This record gives sequence, C-alpha cells and structure tokens, in this order.
Amino acid sequence: MSDLIKLSAAALGEKIAAGEVSAEEVTRAHLDRIAEVDGRVHAFLHVDDEGAVQAARAVDAQRAAGDKLGPLAGVPIAIKDVIATKGIPSTAASKILEGWRPPYDATVMTRIRDAGMVMLGKTNMDEFAMGSSTEYSAYGPTFNPWDLTRIPGGSGGGSAASLAAYEAPLAIGTDTGGSIRQPGAVTGTVGAKPTYGGTSRYGLIAFSSSLDTPGPCARTVLDAALLHQVIAGHDPRDSTSIPLPVPDVVAAARQGASGDLTGVRVGLVKEFSGEGAEPGVMAVFRDTVEALTKLGAEVVEVSCPHFQYALPAYYLIAPSECSSNLARFDSVRFGLRVGDDGRNSLEEVMSLTREAGFGEEVKRRIILGTFALSSGYYDAYYGQAQKVRTLITRDFTAAFEKVDVLVSPTTPFTAFELGARTADPYQMYLADLYTIPTNLYGGPGISVPAGLSDGLPVGLQVMAPTMADDRMYRIAAAVESTVGTFAPPAL
Amino acid sequence: MSTNVLPTYDDVVSRYEPVIGLETHVELGTVTKMFCGCPTDFGAEPNTQVCPVCLGLPGSLPVANRAAIEATIRIGLALNCSIATWCRFARKNYFYPDMPKNYQISQYDEPLCVDGYLDVEVDGELVRIGIERVHLEEDTGKTLHVGGATGRIHGATESLVDYNRAGIPLVEIVTKPVPGLGARAPEIAKAYVAELRDVIRTLGVSDVRMEQGSMRCDVNTSLNLPGAEWGTRTETKNVNSLRSVERSVRTEMLRQAMVLDGGGTITQETRHFHEDTGDTTSGRSKETATDYRYFPEPDLVPLAPEPVWVEQLKAALPELPRQHRARLKTEWNLSDLDMQSILNAGAVELIERTVAAGASPEAARKWWLGELSRRANADGVELEAVGATPEQVAKLQVLVASGKLTDKLARQVLEGVLAGEGDPEQIMAARGLEVVSDTGALTAAIDEAIAANPEVAEKIRGGNQAAAGVLIGAVMKTTKGQADAKTVRELVLARLAS
Repeated sequence: MSDLIKLSAAALGEKIAAGEVSAEEVTRAHLDRIAEVDGRVHAFLHVDDEGAVQAARAVDAQRAAGDKLGPLAGVPIAIKDVIATKGIPSTAASKILEGWRPPYDATVMTRIRDAGMVMLGKTNMDEFAMGSSTEYSAYGPTFNPWDLTRIPGGSGGGSAASLAAYEAPLAIGTDTGGSIRQPGAVTGTVGAKPTYGGTSRYGLIAFSSSLDTPGPCARTVLDAALLHQVIAGHDPRDSTSIPLPVPDVVAAARQGASGDLTGVRVGLVKEFSGEGAEPGVMAVFRDTVEALTKLGAEVVEVSCPHFQYALPAYYLIAPSECSSNLARFDSVRFGLRVGDDGRNSLEEVMSLTREAGFGEEVKRRIILGTFALSSGYYDAYYGQAQKVRTLITRDFTAAFEKVDVLVSPTTPFTAFELGARTADPYQMYLADLYTIPTNLYGGPGISVPAGLSDGLPVGLQVMAPTMADDRMYRIAAAVESTVGTFAPPAL
Repeated sequence: MSTNVLPTYDDVVSRYEPVIGLETHVELGTVTKMFCGCPTDFGAEPNTQVCPVCLGLPGSLPVANRAAIEATIRIGLALNCSIATWCRFARKNYFYPDMPKNYQISQYDEPLCVDGYLDVEVDGELVRIGIERVHLEEDTGKTLHVGGATGRIHGATESLVDYNRAGIPLVEIVTKPVPGLGARAPEIAKAYVAELRDVIRTLGVSDVRMEQGSMRCDVNTSLNLPGAEWGTRTETKNVNSLRSVERSVRTEMLRQAMVLDGGGTITQETRHFHEDTGDTTSGRSKETATDYRYFPEPDLVPLAPEPVWVEQLKAALPELPRQHRARLKTEWNLSDLDMQSILNAGAVELIERTVAAGASPEAARKWWLGELSRRANADGVELEAVGATPEQVAKLQVLVASGKLTDKLARQVLEGVLAGEGDPEQIMAARGLEVVSDTGALTAAIDEAIAANPEVAEKIRGGNQAAAGVLIGAVMKTTKGQADAKTVRELVLARLAS
C-alpha cells in the first residue's frame, strides 16, 4: 500500500505541482488500492483505469511543458454514478440505465476535467439517489469501511466509502435530502451540500429538480473547499444556477483552521434537541458544541417550529418531482428495453421495461409522487408541501437574523447494519431528519467528523444562509482543528 | 333514438345557437429551439437538429429562449392582452414516444398573456373575439406510423420518430368562448384565423404556414337551444387550412344537430377533421382523458418580464393588419365595397406589392380583381398562386401606361406570363406583340385601307365620321391588332380631312 493514498488532496496537488510525485504515480496508487479493497467495499460501479492513467499523463505532460498547474491538477477523484460522464457508463445505479454511456459531460465534470483532475471511476449509490444506505443500488450495496457489516449511508454511500477506504482522496456527491452529508457523517468524512444553484445541475440525472445539489466529498474540510471552488459558479446551461460570484470557501476553510471563532454566533435548533437520536450521537454533539464555545463562539438556542414538518413535506415534493423526472425512462431512446418482440404494444413495452428496470424504492416514490400530483389531490399534498417549504424557509431566515450558523447532529444514528432499516421505509427516511430542512430552504450545509460513538463516526452538521457557503466551511474547519480527523481500522 | 337524418344548415341555425372557441398553435420562427441551442429549420434530415436537451437525455436541463418570450409578449400585445409581471412554466405529464421527456414544458394556470381581444372584419362588420390567454410551450417530435392501413399507431408495424421538431417554441392562443354568431359562426371562425395569421405574419415572429404545420387549429364547437345553457362541446383537431376551419365548424354543427334531433347527447371528446371528406370522426373521449398532473416546472426560474421592456415592445409594434388596411383604403381612395372585394379576394398584399412596383392603385386593383381573379377561379387556385408576380403585373401596367401595349395586347402578354414564358418584355419580344406606333407603317396600312374601300373614304370625306370604323378595322387586321385603335382613328380622319 502506497503512502500516497493517505495524503490529503491539497498535499497531493502541491506535490504534483512541485514535481515531487507524478500524477500518474498518484493515480496508479489509487487504482491499485481500488483493486486491493473494492471487492470488499464495493464503492465503485465502474473503474476507468485507462482513462484515469491517460488523464494523469496529460497533467504530467503539461507540467513537463512548463504549464502552471492548478491546486488539484493530477489529483484523482471518484464521481457519483448519477453524474453524466461522456462515454463512461452513467447508470444512477439503476438497471434501467444499464450500459448507457452519455454523449456529453455534466458541467461539474467539465470543470473537474478543466482543473486537470483525474477521474478514477463512478461510485455506487442508492438507485436514482433514493435512499439513505446505498442498499437500494441495483448493483448491490456498498459496505462501510469502518465496519463492513454496516451501511456507508446514502444515497452517496459509494463516494463516502471510497474516501474512507483511501480509494480516492476526493469525490463528487449529490444532495437532495442529505445524500452527501449523511454518508459523510457515518463514514467519518466531510460532505458539503452547497447552496442550491451554487453548483450546476446540468448533467446530474434528476431525482428532485428543486432540491438536487452536487457537492464535494473529502477527508478534510480544506479538501472539500478546494473541490467546491472547482465545481461551483454560474452555469448558463442551468436556469436555476445563481449568477453570483462563488463565496471564497477556501479562504474560509483556512481561516477556520486557525481555531478562532471569536464573535461567531452559533445556533442550536431547539426542535433537534435529541428526541429519537442515539444517546451516543447526542453526547458527541454536546461535546462538539462545548468545543465551539471554547473556540470563542457564542452559542444560543433558536426555535425553528416548522422543521418538524420537513420530513413529510420532503416526501411529497421529492417523489412528485421524481415521478415526472423519471418518466423519460421509457425504453424509447436509451437504456433498457424489455418485451420488444413485435407482439407487445408500445404501452406494454414501456410498462414491462419500467417494471423490470426500476427497483422497489424508486417505484414506491414514483407512485407516491404520481398520486400527490393527481388532479383533486394536488392542493392537499403537493400544494400543501410547498406551503410548508415556505414556512421552513421563513424559520431559517428568522434564525439567521439571530445567529450566523445553525448546528445539529448530521444524522440521528451512526452507521447501522445492512438490512436493519430496509423493511420499514419510514425508519430509513429518519436518517435524513436533520439534513432535509436545509434542502427545502436551499441553503448550504456541511457534515464534519465530530467524534466516535461506540467506535463509529458521528458528524456535526453546520447550516448557513444561502450563498454564505464560506461561513459553514469556517466553522467546520474550526471543528476539525479541535477534534481532529478520524481514520477507520485497516481494511 | 337517432333518426340519422342530416338536417340542412339553414334549418340547424334556425333552431340552434352555436358557441365556438379556437385554440391556435403557432410555431415561432426563432433561430434556435425553446430550451436549447438547436436550429429550427424546416425539412432537415430526421434527427439531425437535436441535442441532449431536446432529446430529453438524463441530466439535461432546459434554459428558456429569450427571443421566444419576446415574440410571445409581442403577440400578446398585438392581441390587446395584459402581460404577466410574473409567471411560470409548468410540466404537462403524459407518455408518448414523440415527447422526449414524457412531459411537455408548457404553461398552465400562469400564462404569459391574458385577457385580450382581436377585432375581425366580416363583410364590413367588426366582430370582437375575446382572447383568453396566450402562452408559450415546446413542440413535440413527429411520429410516423408505418405499415398500418390508417397511419395511426394501431396496426402499424413500425413507428418512426423525428425529434427535429421537438422543442421548437410553440405559442398557443386560446379564444374565449364565442356565442351569438348564429349562421355566421363558420365564416367568422375562418375570418378570425385569417386575421390572427395576418397579425402574426405582420409581427414577423412566424411564417404561419398552415400547410406546413407552423400554424395549427383546434376548433371547439357546441350547440344549444335558444335561451338554454351552452351545450357540450367537441374539440376538432387537425384543422389545417382556412377553408377547413370554416368547414369543420359547419360539419360539426350539422352533426351535433343531427345527434340532438335524434334525442342523443353530445359526448365531450376530441374529433379528427378529414380534409378529403370534410367529415369529423371521434378521437379519444375527454372524459377518460389523461390527468396531466400539471405542476410548476422546477428546472426553470419564473419569468418576470420587466414592465419597461414590455412597454418598449408595445411602442415598437408594427402597424397591424386592420390599421394597415384602413390606411390603404384611404390612400387608394376606395369605397367600402371596393375594399371589401379586395379583402374577399385575398388581394390586399398583392395589390400593395404591385403598387410598390410602380403600378397605380386603380390599375393594380383592376388586374388582380379582374383578369387574374378570373384565371385563379378557373384554375381553382388561390390568387397568390395564380402564376403572376406583383412585379410582373406592375411591369405590364407600366407598358400599357407608356403606350407600348394596348389593353388587349397586355392581356396576351399576361397569358404568356401565366404560361411561364417569362417577364412581360421577354414575352412581347418573343411573341412580337408591341404596339405598331411607327406612323410610316401605319400610314401605309391606312392608305391601303382607303384604296380598298373608296366608297367608305368618300362617306368620311362627306362628314360621316362613324364610317371610319370600317377603315380602322381594316388597319387593325393588317397590323394584326398591334396598332392602337385610337391612334389609327386619328390618323384616318386626318388623312381624309385634307
């Protein structure tokens, strides 16, 4: 095992730029690691060995030619399979897209390539990003490197696990209700959901358009900030992309690493005071809040009375949008086609394809959303959920008049054992209890490792106002500077 | 019990009152599609004007075309609508292979333009048609069902889809229900569509060619007894010419009257219009129609046209057809009746262009409403397709005015133009049709005529000028009609006066 795989992305970028190590060496070290452990972790659905080595060599050639390299040039990265990658399978972990190779790159992917980063492959996830454990992948689950009998969170379990297993120093995730932050929390890694519209959704295979947000996954806060800086910024291909400058998240992460939070007002959400959460999680949370106080932060409790309705509102809005977004998977233009034998009608072929191609959880949400949007039910369900969404946004706005950031545990429980929550969808949905409000509001949120409970990682979530992503990086870096980072046992 | 007897039209309108409503789709002539940068050219090879966005590939996203929004606002302004200060696109969800995303981005309860009207002139009378809404959406692809007898999906062995049209901006203009038209309902429906077409053409936002499908009409029709509530309406689709608009309303009125007379009820349904027979047949019933599950399109930010921008667009609207026609009527010094006959013949633009090319308004009108209208009628074609251009007609008239052609010769030249022999001057040369104005040649012909008719010459000398006709006829015969009769007469009289 090469020592290179344990280095941060920032350190790797510096060494490559300085010529201390070649991008190809770094890439091969990670590809070797994937070959060594991914049989047990199953973080990847597709590894692009050849493409990765080629991309690395291109960076090395640039350096040899005297070009100045960016901070992440030559640094490998794993990409969640929900992101369209030109010529590389992009299945969103669904059978219905098996073998589909997009003819185009997502905007985040274009920016990653433009930064000289090296894509290692595509990571596992819950099918179409619907789930909190990666058990709903059509290609089998991912296992948590901290304990291979446990889930790595979801939907972006593959991206988080690839970091914890040292298969990649950086990864891309997407966060609709917590799919970056919750896997980050249960794998002891950093996961940041940028402000909605701060990162482009172009090329992100849509689950819930008004909530989906691509973001960085890393092992350190600074690494996440560096990747954030690469992928964020206005994209004319995404109408909901915000045409404003990207907050300087890298500077904020460096500032936070100094450990000084004097004058920062931190809010504790009264409604997230621990009911239903594991005692061990709450214990780590309280210790972390205590640590923030010691760093100079002023901690106050704020009430967000509508957060209790976030979960039901989310489970109307997200399925409604998904029922429409997933309608395009109909066997006509791409992906799976079942029953096209000349005997079945068009409707039958569509139906057979969707029956065979979609997993149970995806079907559940399509049916739920179709119902919620139906004539006669729209006002009671989708319409009502939108009103709740407005109230939650007002809760955030009011809270941010009193405090700079809000903090909570990222998730009520640590990594659970595979199969523990698949029987009851509601038990699975609870994993996102603390992360969902941020998605409904549209603001940024980050999960940073805060400690261990019974040997399993616990994450602290920092939530900030929209387009104040820098603020959450500062707090997260301060937490990291005082509690340190956490490494799983050797695989 | 249906008696299955088709009543006469006069009978129907004496007993029932029709209510009509029209939904018109207009493809905008923007350079690029509604939500992506693909070109919109008509007639390209199938599936060559497509990209991830208009193919609905996973991960792709729409971005609204500002030019299309501008065009829609201009249509709304020309139709006297209020322009929304804030509105949204919505998704209309249904499955069909030519719908790449299986939802259409359209507008639902928040259209861009609402509550306007269009004044339509029918036989000199103004009829105001209320406009419910004007909204913007994307077109679907085109499906071709191969191997079946009907061209429909049922029975077809293969279905081919061309996505070039998918995503072309489409404006839908919906009228309010129009009651109280009585027997004139079919005619007014046609006049409305024609006026709407002219308005949109004047705005320059679409080529509005019904035969190419860039303008398509759905016609709603219902009948009720006088004083009773409005009847159940049917929606006739596939009405793709002005003539068909009129026919489909009439056909549907007759059919509904027959059903009602027989004690039956009208089913709320979509009906298909058949150009060949003029009949409508039942499509899918609206009662069991899809629930489109409309909801605001989350991929697009709301539209909020700046009031200042809307004001600018309003100020910059061109002269609209009705104002334009009023101005021409004054400029051409026409009576109401004259103007009406020009309108009925569909000759306004042709005459205008002819005048622009150098003919007098009166002469231009005479040509288009006279000889050319007769010819178009005889050939069964629209006036503009008769085979002569306004420029050619103007040229012809200039030649007459300058004395190079007589009216009679000009009609022969026009024959040549209509036969595709070229421009008037070419035809004159080729057919040798110029007026014989060389007085030497004429004098010789006159002398010859006098010599051949001494007793006639004697009468003229004696003061009987009416007898000159015989000599003029003889001269015209000699010159094969290429002399100006008036000139010949003058010359004959001068010759015999001395």
